[in-house]
Amino acid sequence: MRFLTLGGVPLWRDARVLRAAAQIISVLIVVIVAVFVINNVLDAAEKRGFSLGFGFLEEEAGFIISESVIEYGAADTFQSAFLAGVLNTLKIALLGIILATGLGVIVGVARISSNWLVRTVAGVYVETFRNIPLLIQLFFWYFGVFLLLPPVRESIQWPGPVFLNARGFFAVWGSASSSFSTWIWFVLAGVILALAVRVAAGQVQSRFGRATHPNLSALAVLVILPIIGWFLMAESPLVRDVPELGRFNFEGGLRLSPEFAAFLLGLVIYTASFIAEIVRAGILSVQKGQLEAARALGLNELQTMQSVAFPQAMRVIVPPLISQFLNLTKNSSLGILIAYPDLYFVSRTMINQAGRAVPIFLMIMGAYLLMSLTFAVIGNIYNRRVRYVDR
Amino acid sequence: MSAANTPEVLRPPVSKSGPIEWVKTNLTSTWYNAVLTVVMLALVIFFLRLTLSWVFFDANWDPVRSNLKLFLVGQYPDEEMWRIGVNALMVSLLMGVSWGVWRGVARTFGRVIVVGLIVIAVLPLSLDDLSLEGRIWVAANPGMIGLGFVLARAPFIRPKRVVIAWVVAFFVAILLLRGIGGVAFLPEVSTTLWGGLLLNLILAVVGIVASFPLGILLALGRRSNLPAVSWLSILFIETVRGVPLVTLLFMTQIILPLFLPEDLRIDRVTRAMLAITLFSSAYMAENVRGGLQAVPGGQVEAAKALGLNGPYVMIFIVLPQALRAVIPAIVGQFISLFKDTSLVVVVGLLDVVGIGRSIFLGNVAWIGAQREVYVFLAAIFWVFTYSMSYTSQKVEEALRVRRN
Amino acid sequence: MKRKYWLLFASLFGLMALAAVACGGDDATQAPATQVAAATAVPAAAGQAPATQVPAVQAADPTAEPAMVVQEGSRLDLVQDRGTLICAGRTDLAGFGFLNADGDNAGFDVDLCRAVAAAVIGDGNAMELIPITASERGPTIQAGEVDLLSRNVTWTSTRDAQWGNYTTTMFYDGQGFMVPTATGITTALDLDGATVCVTSGTTTELNLADFFRQHGMALETVVFEDTASVYSAYESGRCDATTSDKSQLAAVRSGFADPAAHGILPETISKEPLTPVVAHGDDQWFDVVKTVMSVLINAEELGVTAANVDAMQSSDNVVIRRMLGAEGEFGQSDLGLSATFAVDVIKAVGNYGEIYNRYMGPNGEAFTLPRGQNELWNNGGLIYSPPLR
Repeated sequence: MRFLTLGGVPLWRDARVLRAAAQIISVLIVVIVAVFVINNVLDAAEKRGFSLGFGFLEEEAGFIISESVIEYGAADTFQSAFLAGVLNTLKIALLGIILATGLGVIVGVARISSNWLVRTVAGVYVETFRNIPLLIQLFFWYFGVFLLLPPVRESIQWPGPVFLNARGFFAVWGSASSSFSTWIWFVLAGVILALAVRVAAGQVQSRFGRATHPNLSALAVLVILPIIGWFLMAESPLVRDVPELGRFNFEGGLRLSPEFAAFLLGLVIYTASFIAEIVRAGILSVQKGQLEAARALGLNELQTMQSVAFPQAMRVIVPPLISQFLNLTKNSSLGILIAYPDLYFVSRTMINQAGRAVPIFLMIMGAYLLMSLTFAVIGNIYNRRVRYVDR
Repeated sequence: MSAANTPEVLRPPVSKSGPIEWVKTNLTSTWYNAVLTVVMLALVIFFLRLTLSWVFFDANWDPVRSNLKLFLVGQYPDEEMWRIGVNALMVSLLMGVSWGVWRGVARTFGRVIVVGLIVIAVLPLSLDDLSLEGRIWVAANPGMIGLGFVLARAPFIRPKRVVIAWVVAFFVAILLLRGIGGVAFLPEVSTTLWGGLLLNLILAVVGIVASFPLGILLALGRRSNLPAVSWLSILFIETVRGVPLVTLLFMTQIILPLFLPEDLRIDRVTRAMLAITLFSSAYMAENVRGGLQAVPGGQVEAAKALGLNGPYVMIFIVLPQALRAVIPAIVGQFISLFKDTSLVVVVGLLDVVGIGRSIFLGNVAWIGAQREVYVFLAAIFWVFTYSMSYTSQKVEEALRVRRN
Repeated sequence: MKRKYWLLFASLFGLMALAAVACGGDDATQAPATQVAAATAVPAAAGQAPATQVPAVQAADPTAEPAMVVQEGSRLDLVQDRGTLICAGRTDLAGFGFLNADGDNAGFDVDLCRAVAAAVIGDGNAMELIPITASERGPTIQAGEVDLLSRNVTWTSTRDAQWGNYTTTMFYDGQGFMVPTATGITTALDLDGATVCVTSGTTTELNLADFFRQHGMALETVVFEDTASVYSAYESGRCDATTSDKSQLAAVRSGFADPAAHGILPETISKEPLTPVVAHGDDQWFDVVKTVMSVLINAEELGVTAANVDAMQSSDNVVIRRMLGAEGEFGQSDLGLSATFAVDVIKAVGNYGEIYNRYMGPNGEAFTLPRGQNELWNNGGLIYSPPLR
């Protein structure tokens, strides 16, 4: 077989040939499987008479979504329905992330507190909620707590007024009056000025060593400017919107449905227990020498935590934290079980009413992949910034 | 040296101990700690009173008590329950042998299991809820563990053989549960009847076992320097990790029948197993990849210097070290996979959560029993996952000690 | 060397075991009644496992000659080979599909499946029921996994185009509302601003939206994926009203803690013809199921019951004799069924009236619902079927 050689090495042993062959074969296998699968789908579509196109998106949806960020009614298109679902998912994901991080940090710090009682309670919290599946926690909160609240006519009332009943959580809120749009400019100015103050004061502090309390000053600006704007307005920008009992339900005010409240509560409590562990591991990863040096320099515990421990701990905390954020977003797909119209629930309804399983399924996958890609990109950016640079 | 010049000798600090000292240092070392302690104490007492009074006085545990069998094995036919008992005994025997062979690591787990089983066997429930026959089956398991422990001293028991025995036992267990059509004493029990905790365990175990080789292949593929293979692996891993498990379950239940030719049909439990395996293999691939990165580069160089070629290096040098490094991560993954198996209720399978819901949703007698059922379900999962994570912590410690 | 072979054999054995699990054999011989714990029906639980064979469906040739023989690979052929009819249904709605005290599948829709099984295989119990949720109905029949979908499915034009072929409407129903009597609401037009609990994936959802939109009323909904949660939430006060087919409302109300505290409003806001469905692409199977339904209806018209069917084979009425296969033909051989299949059907489940009364009659197993529109055409109702000749 002398002729079957490449540079003296027989073909079947030549590394380059083997490499190329392996790649060709693996791609071929994937292509063959894909063709087989697509063929079957097209066959089934033709035989059973269901279509695979995306044209249905312009058709009228016909079904109602219980709560939605955008205006959505039964006469709107499937496209709007899907958008409403996506926005619902984003709403609960973002709120859940913020609240879970807050709670998780508190519990994580509590886990290493010097107070035995606080430490133990935090430990019990983490061990309990980490080990029970989210599904069961959600069911418990929704069917076992929120739906068993008193009926509308016998609501629990707290000062505010704030009402709690089986139909949801109703609180007094502010509704925009005519001067609201002008006042918003004051708020915006406050934010921008606060950021500017923070940066400037921080620069002054680091360069000239003068204590300018950058965070506090920025906070002061952020708060004072809108307050000034409020009093400058002819009529107050926010009008008290009190929930009042109508024929069937409370009207007005801030309204949180039991589905949303139970879902948020369950997600936050569950994810916070994981975040607490991440925070704890992060803080413990800071070398003891750093903490001792900080004490030697005279920093108290709060200053040590803020300026020495946390920044170093962040490097260890952030990557798993971002993956927990992604988990929370993926867990929002459980809304289907407690009647919260998230992306997955709305898509399942669409599949039923429009009859197009495959295209809608692709849309579901696409939406979730987009969200996870976003988180991955954010994580990568952060990792690159805080990478230990070997000098 | 006159007496006036000797420096004053400071007395050593007195370190007091005792309950009051303990309270002072641990609970009230600073003023805000003291405030925190008081507030916490008030909260804890409030919650404990609320929960304990509900658990012992207000809650009606009848729906849970009367349906124990449903919770544990779903609708598995009563006359075939002996198969589950035999499976349990087999697993106990192997666990006892493992305990004997790998002393420290399996010891904690073994102890937990023995205690747990004895507690179950003597639970103060009526004979209706937990029959005498059931109790004997349960109580036989600690006996088997002990038997296995003793057997471990026999000369033919060696670690590698025990591992092989575990693998074989896995397949035998599935075969026993399923039965073979046509054989007299082993009639088929269709997978639709598998339910309850049995279903959760089967799904989790099959998921992990089946995703193990798949995950290794994916991890190797990802690290490969053939760009096509590497890209395909990355595509698969990132896609599967980026979508929730619920969508994968939905895909296998509804979309998969469209992908396959019409005369090929897979039953619903197998479809769920498929989804869980796919899901788990992507995470397993990431774990194994971490382990592969942990193997020092010198190992590969040394192997090559010894003349081993590519596959041999991988199989004999790199993989064993890598896998040993990721065992804690794999155990962690098994625990979270076990929790995730509860999601099959979304696709209509009757695992322990599904059974619980059908009890109070469908049966007029148990209509208001949501809280009791959910608390019971939470307790079951908590017991399992906490003992697994406790064991994995001990395993980690043992491995760390051994390495150092 | 020996170790390698040992491992190889062990893994082969393992693969075979897994294959045995995945592709189980014919489950038709498995006894349908499984032991459920005493006094606990598990409504959402299944009867038997699906068999693995799904017949390859071939589109019938539109230019075929009038006499159709059993086509190779047709669904009828495969069902008869398999020996079991696979039906998609439910186990959680009283009267239509539920588990009776013995843990067996029972109900109006289930009996329709039994009728088809009796016609095609000769045994009304050669049937497997796969319980599915409302939102799985379309995809399940579209995928061709089951032979027949009998799960109170409303016939609509869109569904006829998308899901499958709708056979014969066996239950004429309408959508209504249920409210607690304590609210004092007596008409659906009073529900402006109400919160309504509804199941997702149903025509109910769509009709509800249409009705409120048409009357300019504000609507809030709570949509659940499974029906049981809908009524559980309604009972706990989460919503002011719930809506569904009136027969379903009656069924569910009978299971409430206090049935008298709930009332069904008089308005019927939509037509709900409940019809069994078969997959597109097999005309012969479509005709078989339609003919079986015809037999049930004609049997009640002609007075043939399960008790007297044997005697009726020698009746004076030639129409009866023809239907029971005692003389002449009404298309049995063209359909590929036995000449006396009608006898098997009526013996297995009785005629239409008997099926109805068994579950929803005055002594019904589930509850009592006046037949109303579901009376025979010559008795003031809408139940009508083509003559069998």
